[in-house]
Amino acid sequence: MMIDWNGFTPYLSLAGGGLIGLAIAILLLTNGRIAGISGVVSGLLQPKRGDVLWRAAFVLGLLLAPMLYLLFGDLPASRIEASWPTLILAGLLVGFGTRYGSGCTSGHGVCGLSRLSPRSMVATASFMFMGFATVFAVRHFLR
Amino acid sequence: MPTVFSLIAGLLFGMGLIVAGMGDPAKVLAFLDLTGRWDPSLAFVMGGAIPVSAVAFALAKRRGASFLGHSIQLPNTRNLDQRLVFGGLLFGAGWGLAGICPGPALVLLGAGAGKVLVFVAAMLAGMALFAKIEPAIGNGRSR
Repeated sequence: MMIDWNGFTPYLSLAGGGLIGLAIAILLLTNGRIAGISGVVSGLLQPKRGDVLWRAAFVLGLLLAPMLYLLFGDLPASRIEASWPTLILAGLLVGFGTRYGSGCTSGHGVCGLSRLSPRSMVATASFMFMGFATVFAVRHFLR
Repeated sequence: MPTVFSLIAGLLFGMGLIVAGMGDPAKVLAFLDLTGRWDPSLAFVMGGAIPVSAVAFALAKRRGASFLGHSIQLPNTRNLDQRLVFGGLLFGAGWGLAGICPGPALVLLGAGAGKVLVFVAAMLAGMALFAKIEPAIGNGRSR
């Protein structure tokens, strides 16, 4: 195993993780809801009365976060290497898969794991495994 | 009032993703590239987020209600089903193809990354598609 020391940002990633944890805490302790992004978003696709506003506000916050960040400094580099067709396929898989598996990196990977949910452990193991396997396959067989 | 907190939570969540480096799909892929030049940073995101949110979940469980009097809505499904695995595998494949999961997708969209629009549209289509066929495939929860 070779570590990419140049790209390694343990402190920033830890701090960013702390902010994510804080955001989860705020939503949970005010609205009583879990900050699982795929779940929050999909609830907007099939809106139920009285269940829309908190979702829309949370999504709006995510969309506006880059602008808030700009008050403190330039946005870090963001490199999207995938081609257009790959992005479409990836998006479909992410959307379909997160609903099929009832959650994504936030709902299962952070919220679920932090409350020791066995379901989230299974889901997280599944998507982590397939994430690693997919990158391995793409970088060794498709290039 | 809860809507304002939801907006704040979304903003903080998005800020956290940017600070953590999750707003850079190439960095996410470097984390998933175990056998290449591996960037372990994103493991630290979980490391930063989980302790904070674990405290919040413990507190929420003890109180039974949020500080604004809302009930704490946690998933009540307990059994481990195939959906968690298959859904996780599909999501992981999409995540590994593009390096984008739902939260960062929305943050990148807010930052004006044009290419992400295609990903988000496909993601929403994938979610809608699942909602359409969910009754047909059954919920798999009885197994």
